[in-house]
Amino acid sequence: MRVALFVTCVNDTLYPGTGRAVVSLLERLGVTVDFPLEQSCCGQAQFNTGYRHETEPLVHRFGRAFEGYDHIVTPSGSCAAMVRDNYPRMAAKAAAEGRGGTLTRVAESVVPRTYELTEFLVDVLGVTDVGAYYPHTVTYHPTCHGLRMLGLGDKPRRLLGAVEGLELIDLPGAEECCGFGGTFAVKNEAVSAAMGADKARNITATGASAVCTVDNSCQMHIGGTLARLGSSVRPVHIAEILASTKEAPL
Amino acid sequence: MSGTYLGMPAFPKAATLSTRNTRMRANLTHATHTIRDKRAAAVRELPDWAQLRAAGAAVKDRTLRHLDHYLEQLEAAVTAAGGTVHWAADAREANRIVTSLVRATGETEVVKVKSMATQEIGLNAALEAAGIRAYETDLAELIVQLGDDLPSHILVPAIHRNRDEIRDIFRERMADWGRPAPEGLTEEPAVLAEAARLHLREKFLRAKVGISGANFMVADTGTLVVVESEGNGRMCLTLPETLISVVGIEKIVPTWQDLEVFLQLLPRSSTAERMNPYTSTWTGTTDGDGPRTFHLVLLDNGRTDTLADTVGRQALRCIRCSACLNVCPVYERAGGHAYGSAYPGPIGAILTPQLRGVTSELDASLPYASSLCGACYEVCPVAIDIPEVLVHLRERVVQGGETTIRGVRTRIRPAKGHAAERAAMRAARWALDHPAAMRTGQRLAARTRRFHPKRLPGPGRAWTASREMPTVPAESFRDWWQRERGGKVTR
Amino acid sequence: MSSRDAILGRVRRALADVPREESPDDVAVARDYLRTHSPADAVETLAENLADYRALVHRTDTAGLPDLIGRLLAARGSRDVVVPDGFPAEWLPQADAVRWVQDTPEATPDELDRMDSVLTGCALAIAETGTLVLDGSAGQGRRRITLMPDHHICVVRVPEQVVDSVPEALPRLVPTRPLTWISGPSATSDIELDRVEGVHGPRTLEVVLVTR
Repeated sequence: MRVALFVTCVNDTLYPGTGRAVVSLLERLGVTVDFPLEQSCCGQAQFNTGYRHETEPLVHRFGRAFEGYDHIVTPSGSCAAMVRDNYPRMAAKAAAEGRGGTLTRVAESVVPRTYELTEFLVDVLGVTDVGAYYPHTVTYHPTCHGLRMLGLGDKPRRLLGAVEGLELIDLPGAEECCGFGGTFAVKNEAVSAAMGADKARNITATGASAVCTVDNSCQMHIGGTLARLGSSVRPVHIAEILASTKEAPL
Repeated sequence: MSGTYLGMPAFPKAATLSTRNTRMRANLTHATHTIRDKRAAAVRELPDWAQLRAAGAAVKDRTLRHLDHYLEQLEAAVTAAGGTVHWAADAREANRIVTSLVRATGETEVVKVKSMATQEIGLNAALEAAGIRAYETDLAELIVQLGDDLPSHILVPAIHRNRDEIRDIFRERMADWGRPAPEGLTEEPAVLAEAARLHLREKFLRAKVGISGANFMVADTGTLVVVESEGNGRMCLTLPETLISVVGIEKIVPTWQDLEVFLQLLPRSSTAERMNPYTSTWTGTTDGDGPRTFHLVLLDNGRTDTLADTVGRQALRCIRCSACLNVCPVYERAGGHAYGSAYPGPIGAILTPQLRGVTSELDASLPYASSLCGACYEVCPVAIDIPEVLVHLRERVVQGGETTIRGVRTRIRPAKGHAAERAAMRAARWALDHPAAMRTGQRLAARTRRFHPKRLPGPGRAWTASREMPTVPAESFRDWWQRERGGKVTR
Repeated sequence: MSSRDAILGRVRRALADVPREESPDDVAVARDYLRTHSPADAVETLAENLADYRALVHRTDTAGLPDLIGRLLAARGSRDVVVPDGFPAEWLPQADAVRWVQDTPEATPDELDRMDSVLTGCALAIAETGTLVLDGSAGQGRRRITLMPDHHICVVRVPEQVVDSVPEALPRLVPTRPLTWISGPSATSDIELDRVEGVHGPRTLEVVLVTR
C-alpha cells in the first residue's frame, strides 16, 4: 500500500507539528508514508473566492504530485472536500469551456484516492483505537466541510473516544460554523468575528482544556479568537492527539 | 429605514453596523434557534424525507427544463377556468398592469396577502404613487408597514422585532392606518394578535380588491395555491370582488399530484408544522363563491436570465420556506436588512445577484456573504446546493464571463474593486505552483518570526482586529521532512 | 412583440442546453417516497394531530350527534349559527335558543361577521397532518362562511372520510373546486417565531368525529 501525505499548504507553513503527527501516527500503525515534494496546495482559497482559472494549475500539480499512490491522506477536512467535491466540478466547467481533457483525468484519478485522516483510519485501516494517550479534557468542534461535505459523521469522535485518559466533553452548538470560511474571515470580518466569539464562548463554557478539530485552518481562527479573548483553552489538531502516546506524549 | 432597498451599502459594510445591534442580534438568535429545533423535529417525523426532498428537486427541475411548455399549459387552463392571464417582463411592467387593473375597478384601496413577488417589484410604492393604498394583512407585514420598516425575513418579515417593539409600533402607529390599538395593549403575543385581528377586520369587510402571490401554480389544472397560517390569506382570496395574483413564472408544478410532495415539504421546512393552518386552492373563478374576476400576472423580472445559467438555475427551485435563513450563522448575526433585497439570507445571496445581476457593489458583495458552511444546503427541501451557486457567482464577480441580462447573452467584465485581490491570488498561485519559491518564503517567514507584529496593517488588519496571528514555526514541514527523511529536492 | 412572446422567447433561449427531443417525462422523478406513513389507527391519529394544533375533538355516533352539537353551541352561548345547504337536517339539535341561518350568495361579509358559529361537514380529513379539507359541496358552503364566524364546528364521518396522508388525499379531491384545507384554528408564528393560536380565522375549531 503506497500512502502519500498531502500535508496542505497551511500545515506545511504554519502547523508542521500536525504533519509530523500524521507521519508518526501512520508509521506507528504500520503504514509507510511518503511525502511527495512536488505538492503544494489544493487551491481551495482561490477556488472558493471565485478564481477558478487561477486554481487550475494547482489541480494539475496535485495530479502530478500524487500520481501512482494508492491513497492520498490529508489532515484537513476542507482540503479533502475541495478535492473530492470541487475538482470534478472544475473539470465539468472546463469541459463546458472546451478545455476538459486533463482536468477531467486528474479529477477521476485523485477523487477516489483522497481521504481525510480520520476517514482513512476508520474506513481504510479499520481502526478506532490507535493506542493513543492524552490525559486531558477535550471538546470536539466538527468543522463544516468535514461534517457536511465529507460526511465524517462520528468517526473523529469514535477515534477520540478510544484515546486513553481523554475525557470528551460535548460542545454546545457544535455543528455551527466557527466563522472562518477562508477569505470570508477578512471580507466579512465583523460577521466572522461575531461567529468566532460565539464559538469561543461555547468552547470555554465546556471547561475543557483543549478544543480539537480535523482542520487547522478553522482552528487558526478559533485559536486566534480564543487567544484574543484571553482564554487558556488550547487548540489541538486531532492528529496530534492521536499521535500522542505514554512514551511520547504531546 | 424607509421602504426601499435602493442605494443600500455593500453587505460587509451593512453587516459591520448590524452585528453591533445587540437587540436585533438577540431577537434573531432567539427566533432562529426556536424554529431550528422545531423544524428538525418536524422533519424527523417523516422517514421518507430524503426521498421527498429528491422528488421535490426533480419535479422542479422537470418544470424548469420545460418551462415554456408548462407556462402555455397553465395559461390555457387558467383562461378556461375564467381567469385572465397577463405577462410582465419586469417589475415596472408588473406594477403598471396591477395599477391599471385596480384603477379599472374604481377602487383606491386594496388588501394584500403576504407575497414575496410583490415585495420584489415594490408594488406598494407603485400603487401609492397612483393614489392607491395597499394594506398588508399578514401580521408580520403589518408590523413592517406600520413601522415604516423593511422586511428582513422571507417567512417572518418582522423577525428583527421583539414583542415589546411590536407593542410600541401598534400603540403608536395603528391609529394612522385605521382602527387604533386597544387601550392597555400588552406585549403578550396573543394580545398583539388580537389587536391585529380587530385592526384589519374592518379592512377585510370593505375590501373590493385583493392582491396575492401564490406558493404554487398547477399547470395541468390552472389551480393556484396559497399556504398560510392566520386566515388573512383566506380573507383576501375570498371576500373581494376582484383578485389579482402576481406570481413568478418559476412557481409552476406540472400536475395536481405533484402537490403531494410540496405540501409535505413546505410546512415542515417553513413553520415546522405537519401542516400549516390554512391552505387555499382556487381555479379561475367559482360562481357565487369568492371573487368574480381573477387576474394572474406572470412575472419574469430576471427569472429567465437565471434560467439561462445552468449552474445558477437551481435557485429557481426555491419554494420560499426560509429554512436556509433560520440555520444560517451569517444571517443570524448580520440580520436580513444587510442583504439589501426582499430575499435575504443564503437563498437571497444567490437569488438577488441573479435576478438583478452583479453590477452594483451591493449585489456583487452578496455571493461573499457566506462562510460556505453548507448548513443551508443541508436543510433545503428542494436540495438547492447554495454553496455551489455562491462560488459560481463569485466567479462571475471576479472573473466576469458569459451571462444573460434581460434575455441577451452578454460577456461581462470582472467587477471593479477586486484588482488588488486578483493580483494577490495570482501571486499566491504562482508561488504555490513553484514549491522552491514557496520554500524560500517559508524560510524567510521563519527567520523573521520574532519580528512579526501582533496587529497587521492593510488588508491583514481585518484578521488581527479580532484574532491573534498564528506563530510562524521555526521550520516548515517540508524542511523537516527533507532534514529527517532526506527526501530529494524537486525543482 | 408582446411581453408574452418576449418571455416565452427568453425561456426558450435560456433552455438552449435542453435537447430538442427531450420531453418533460424524460426528466426522471423518483416517486419512491411513501404513499402513507401507515398510522396504526387513522382516526386516532387524526384526533391526536388535530388536538396537537389546538382543535377541540369530540366523538359520538349519528344518534348522539344532534345532542352533542346542541351542547357545544350552548356552551358558547351561540345564538346565530350558519348552516350551509345540504347539511343533514337530522343532525341539527332542537334548540330554541339558536337561530339557524342559511348561507346565500347574497349574504355580505358584514352579516357573516355577526354570526356566532358555523356548522359544516367536510370533503375529507387527513390523519397524518390533522387536516380537514372543505370543497364547497353540499353541507360545506362557501369558503367565507368557515372564516368569518369565530367558532367553527366541523363534522367528520369516520372512518369513511379519513385518509392517511396527503398523497392519498389529492386524488380524492376535485381541483376545479375551490378548496380550503384547515389544520387547527387560525395561528401565527410572526412574533418571535413562536406559535400562537387565533388571528383572523375562527379562533375555536371543534371537530366532531362521528361514527354511524
